Amino acid sequence: MTLRRPRMSVSAIVWLLLAALYFLVPLVATLLFSFRSIQTNACCSLAAYHFVLHNGDFWHTLRVSGVLALEVIVISLVLFVPTIYWVHLKLPRLRPLIAFLALIPFVVPPIVMVVGILKVYRGSPSWFYDQPNGILAATYVILAFPYMFFSLDAGFRSIDVHTLTEASQSLGASWPVTLVRVILPNIRAAALAGSFLALAIVMGEFTIANLAQFHTFPIFLQYVNETEPYGAAALTLISFGITWAAMLSLLFIGRRRGGQLQLAGAR
Amino acid sequence: MSGRRRLPLAWIATLPFFAYTIAFLFLPAESVIVGAFKSNVHAGGWTFSNVTELFHSPYRHAYIVSIEVSATTALIGGVLGFLVAYAMIREHTPRIFRGVITTFSGVAANFGGIPLAFAWIATIGPLGIVTVFFRNHVHYDVTQHLQLFTKTGVEFVYLYFQIPLAILVIAPAIDGLKREWREASSNLGASSWQFWRYVGIPVLMPSMLGMFILLFGNAFAAYATAYALTTGVVPLIPILIGAYYQGNVLDNPHLAQAMAFGMFAVLAVMMVLYIPLQRRAARWAK
Amino acid sequence: MGFLELQDLHRNFGPVRALNGINIALGEGEFLSLLGPSGCGKTTALRLVAGFDRPDGGRIVVDGKDITNVSPNKRDMGMVFQAYSLFPNMTAQQNVEFGLRIRGRDKSQRRGRVDELLELVGLGHAGGRYPHQLSGGMQQRVALARALAIEPRVLLLDEPLSALDAKVRVQLREEIRRIQLELGITTLYVTHDQEEALAISDHVAVMYGGVIEQMGAPAEMYTAPKTPFVAEFIGTMNRLEATIVDGASGEVDHAGTMLRVDAARGRSKGERVLVLIRPELLELNAAGNGATANGNTLSGEVLTQTFLGPVTRLKVTGGLIADMSTARAAALPVGANVVAHVPAEGVQLLTLTEDIPLVNPDEH
Repeated sequence: MTLRRPRMSVSAIVWLLLAALYFLVPLVATLLFSFRSIQTNACCSLAAYHFVLHNGDFWHTLRVSGVLALEVIVISLVLFVPTIYWVHLKLPRLRPLIAFLALIPFVVPPIVMVVGILKVYRGSPSWFYDQPNGILAATYVILAFPYMFFSLDAGFRSIDVHTLTEASQSLGASWPVTLVRVILPNIRAAALAGSFLALAIVMGEFTIANLAQFHTFPIFLQYVNETEPYGAAALTLISFGITWAAMLSLLFIGRRRGGQLQLAGAR
Repeated sequence: MSGRRRLPLAWIATLPFFAYTIAFLFLPAESVIVGAFKSNVHAGGWTFSNVTELFHSPYRHAYIVSIEVSATTALIGGVLGFLVAYAMIREHTPRIFRGVITTFSGVAANFGGIPLAFAWIATIGPLGIVTVFFRNHVHYDVTQHLQLFTKTGVEFVYLYFQIPLAILVIAPAIDGLKREWREASSNLGASSWQFWRYVGIPVLMPSMLGMFILLFGNAFAAYATAYALTTGVVPLIPILIGAYYQGNVLDNPHLAQAMAFGMFAVLAVMMVLYIPLQRRAARWAK
Repeated sequence: MGFLELQDLHRNFGPVRALNGINIALGEGEFLSLLGPSGCGKTTALRLVAGFDRPDGGRIVVDGKDITNVSPNKRDMGMVFQAYSLFPNMTAQQNVEFGLRIRGRDKSQRRGRVDELLELVGLGHAGGRYPHQLSGGMQQRVALARALAIEPRVLLLDEPLSALDAKVRVQLREEIRRIQLELGITTLYVTHDQEEALAISDHVAVMYGGVIEQMGAPAEMYTAPKTPFVAEFIGTMNRLEATIVDGASGEVDHAGTMLRVDAARGRSKGERVLVLIRPELLELNAAGNGATANGNTLSGEVLTQTFLGPVTRLKVTGGLIADMSTARAAALPVGANVVAHVPAEGVQLLTLTEDIPLVNPDEH
């Protein structure tokens, strides 16, 4: 390992370049497709984007999925943050069990899950069973659970939970106050990271929504794909772009607050 | 320190979480597993016939293909993911690469289904941008060697979410490789390759095996992408299950549940392998 | 001509001059400590010698050969890191034999040497354990054995004891020195603990701000510091600002009191100086005792007494610190009026110039 002046190693450059090629070329191809006009089947026209952005269904399903994502994030945080905090603080032996549980959604195929969910909750009230904000949100929370858990868990491991809690309590704070005003700000980056991964999941999840017959954004995507190829290209990029932009903004928020970005891990 | 009497109280705080998991994870899973053994013919009766049916065509073939595709993409995705993750974490790579790649991976790992299939069709499909480019300028037909609507095509496209998932999972483990180990090994005379052979890979192995298993499960469970690409040409278990619920083929719901149970069984085996590996990795990460 | 030479080494990190011209010549078999506070450049210097970093200027020479551009795995040096350097997937034995394995020695050769070294560091029985099964002190012993296994020309240690308990530190530092003397290996040792450096080194180099303030034998560094920083960093020091009154007799004026100091002889009148007196050299007596024979005295009142075991440290008005046996200190309680006798010889004098920063004694 000879150390010259700090310069990237050749193999690093090669692999990063190859990766960039594999991941960016399809996106570029989609971009080029999206600029084609229906009349000429060639470049260059913004008609596809025009079609998408002026389509009522686009905004409607985007809103549905957006609200859904928000709901999933809120439920996830409310459910997981106190639980993981508590486990780190008082029940560390429970942690391996929860980590194991966090892996199950990874390996239970969504297709199996939707079968089970629809069956088990068939008799439940309409406001739950027939609304995306009911049964679909509930299922998505489970899908997001692994990502949420690993983000939050890493965040809690990087702070000294015991010391912070004891210091807060010795100064007279109650449990809720400690959780909200002392602990939460310190795991903000981890919570944000998990939230954005949950966002990515909701914006991309097709299987369950399709089989449960809800009209979410990815369903709209499929419909457009079957009817308007160039529109589908534009739509694909828009959806990818929105999600990536959201996550990049997280990166900069996390940087500016001077905290560690839990997505990226410690260094 | 909480005394013996207070311990039950501490567990109560985790009830909401467990209640939720039971309600929305275990109950649905259980209903599928139980349903696999219910009889279609005798209402309310039990039978193994659904499960044994799985060992015949077309199900057996579908399982084999599913397992092959999953294993291939897990292996290749894992290795490539590791190489990219290592490249971005290395000492002299600018920090910004890591942030960009990690966020991109977060999106790409969930980028599947229709959009992903579409993006690749637009790239190397019969009329894809790259295909046309190569045909016109280099007189080389990409589709001779890579056809999207085949098993290999599916594997090639699957890598688009396998590699990012691999990156997300293995990066923290690579972080755990202490700089001191690299320097000590160099100081003792080892070359880069010797370091990896004697220290780096052995220490990372439990994490990498865990990653492979996770990737396997991820590919095994994938539905939307395969559906969009092949619509049934390549036999995969999730496709068969989905076909039933789209109202096409079967009229025995318990058979569909048996297929799901079969998937579950394969994945459960994977999980059983994963746990001890994870524990080993944690021990060395101390 | 030294065995290990650092010639005019420079290293910059952006605008920061981590090393600003370091010159060291270390003879074969000698033990040199680089001593200084965090950020002084000592670890940077060590890493340059090890090869994990390249200097921006200067050379590193070992046994007459310039190794500045040699890669770290070819320098034939053994390094002990501060912590975490043992390979976690190998037992202590496997760790120690690693260097030999790389060099292609066969199994029987390796085994013999490994056993020998583990015995040397007192771990003959623990060879089969993994790092996570060893205490911090034991891990560092294994690290030492591992570094020595390859019979390096130079041994480098980067604050190897900083992460250990106080008692283990004292024990282990003496063992390191014993082993070093037994093997006669040229050693470069980095630490921020001045007691450690003074206890085990042949030479000590005090570093600050990327330069070597002073280098010499431990006793010399202690009794004759050449800069205010060294005077403060090593041990505790009384610092009295004074002006030369008479260079022939060595009289100085400290805040109105006349004192005679041998070291002031030959200096010019009016020169501003710093009189440096070690606490144990300041004799305290109760005032009015008539024991002020020489008249070289300062009066004051005892402000605090700090019990340090066999020795008690007294703080006296006028910024004076005096160490005396606890038995004697009993006679001088807080509030007592005392007279401090300044010895004429054995006292250092440093010229006060505008650009020498007066290090605040309370800083460390």
